[in-house]
Amino acid sequence: MREDEEIPIETATLPLDAWHRAKGGRMVEFAGYWMPIQYEGIMAEHLWTRESAGLFDVSHMGQLVLTGDNVAEALETLVPGDISALKPGRMRYSLLLDEDGGILDDLMVTNSGHSFYLVVNGAVKWDDIAHLRDNLSDEITLNHMDDHGLLALQGPKAVDVLTRMGLTPLQPGWPAVSELVFMQASPYDWNGVPVSVSRSGYTGEDGFEISLPGEALTAFADALCAMEEVKPIGLGARDSLRLEAGLPLYGHDMTPEIDPAEADLGFAISKRRRAEENFPGAARILGHLEDGPPRKRVGLTVDGKLPVREGAKLFDGEDEIGVVTSGGFAPSVGAPIAMGYVPRDHAVPGTAVAAEVRGKLVHCTVTAMPFIPHRYVRKQGA
Amino acid sequence: MPRYYTEEHEWIDVDGDVATVGITDFAQGQLGDIVFVEVPDTGAELTAGGDAAVVESVKAASDVFAPVDGTVTEGNGQLEDDPALVNSDPEGGGWFFRMTLSDKGQLDGLMDAKGYKAFCDAL
Repeated sequence: MREDEEIPIETATLPLDAWHRAKGGRMVEFAGYWMPIQYEGIMAEHLWTRESAGLFDVSHMGQLVLTGDNVAEALETLVPGDISALKPGRMRYSLLLDEDGGILDDLMVTNSGHSFYLVVNGAVKWDDIAHLRDNLSDEITLNHMDDHGLLALQGPKAVDVLTRMGLTPLQPGWPAVSELVFMQASPYDWNGVPVSVSRSGYTGEDGFEISLPGEALTAFADALCAMEEVKPIGLGARDSLRLEAGLPLYGHDMTPEIDPAEADLGFAISKRRRAEENFPGAARILGHLEDGPPRKRVGLTVDGKLPVREGAKLFDGEDEIGVVTSGGFAPSVGAPIAMGYVPRDHAVPGTAVAAEVRGKLVHCTVTAMPFIPHRYVRKQGA
Repeated sequence: MPRYYTEEHEWIDVDGDVATVGITDFAQGQLGDIVFVEVPDTGAELTAGGDAAVVESVKAASDVFAPVDGTVTEGNGQLEDDPALVNSDPEGGGWFFRMTLSDKGQLDGLMDAKGYKAFCDAL
């Protein structure tokens, strides 16, 4: 074997790689891919998304399609959501759980009529695929749509911008993009390109996620960015936006050691599934929902200007009581914020705790999240 | 007043036995929006290459190293209220601290403006 036949594990490029670089994107390695961390600057990009419309390339995320008889019931053996009750065109936030109820990933599940479409985190998508394949019967087909890209268009002007793109509903009578409500999805045609659009995202703003074939991504992104309301936004602002929205990030605020009750994601445990007690880790999770978990994810406001970041220990007096799992300067708040885990009796808003940063204690206060109100469009004509 | 540069992207202006230290325009561009600066206390003893200050961007905290040995005589108090000064005027009003020089010979190991530009161009 020649030496040059040894293939090292290289950072992969996504379909928009050249596009990001041409737009001035500063590329970093993330989840095994070259991704733009920022273009003009995280602060400006963050604020632009909150007031106009930001375009995010999230093509590193895993797009999976499950098909087969009783696929909803099969998926329910691995997640705690009521998947069977999900109507075509509707989606739900859910969690892939291990047998002890630890969180393996968080994901979006969409009923696309004849199949279920999942969007999972890029960093763990290969593990997710293995977990699904290992635990679903051979009757269920899993298709990894790795030839598709995923864009997120987020912000108050996203709906106007996407409307001007001229997406045609695939069937007469199916909703226009402006008629979708939060957590609704539908297929469209864009100049002959099949495009799936959902009204969803992870910034707290109104907005859309758009799945389309990789070869059409550049033309679609160019058409969006030709509109003055739209700018490309990097991973840096994506992180600060979701933090302000109080949304947990997998691998940081959620891990296999943490269950959904501890992560304050009880809403993802559907009523019917609670009654049936038949999801992975049900005993632990239902116990924690009933009695309160030993520790809980909370938001923290931070006194002063010193950012409190992931890994900072939390104290009550001399006692180390918890840890910060995400934190940083929040551009729309104008101050540092954080989220982390504290014992149940400290999880009450208003509780004072201290975070240790470089040997100094910074005063923090437990607070309800989100830090910036969500602006999801839940009802049409409201 | 000669200005020297380090490979860690600090600049140092030397005026007699006193030096002013900051981070370069290249460094602030790499860091992005700066939201917090922690400057050393007056009287702090610094060692060349050792931690001297911390600069926090939206994304991360980064150490600023002492370019030479010496004692801090003054931190830039303006950065407490206006850390973004490091972005807008990194090699002027956005200076970090002033220090005495224990060993002027250490300056010989640093780069001049031309050398630093070549160093950055090669990155």
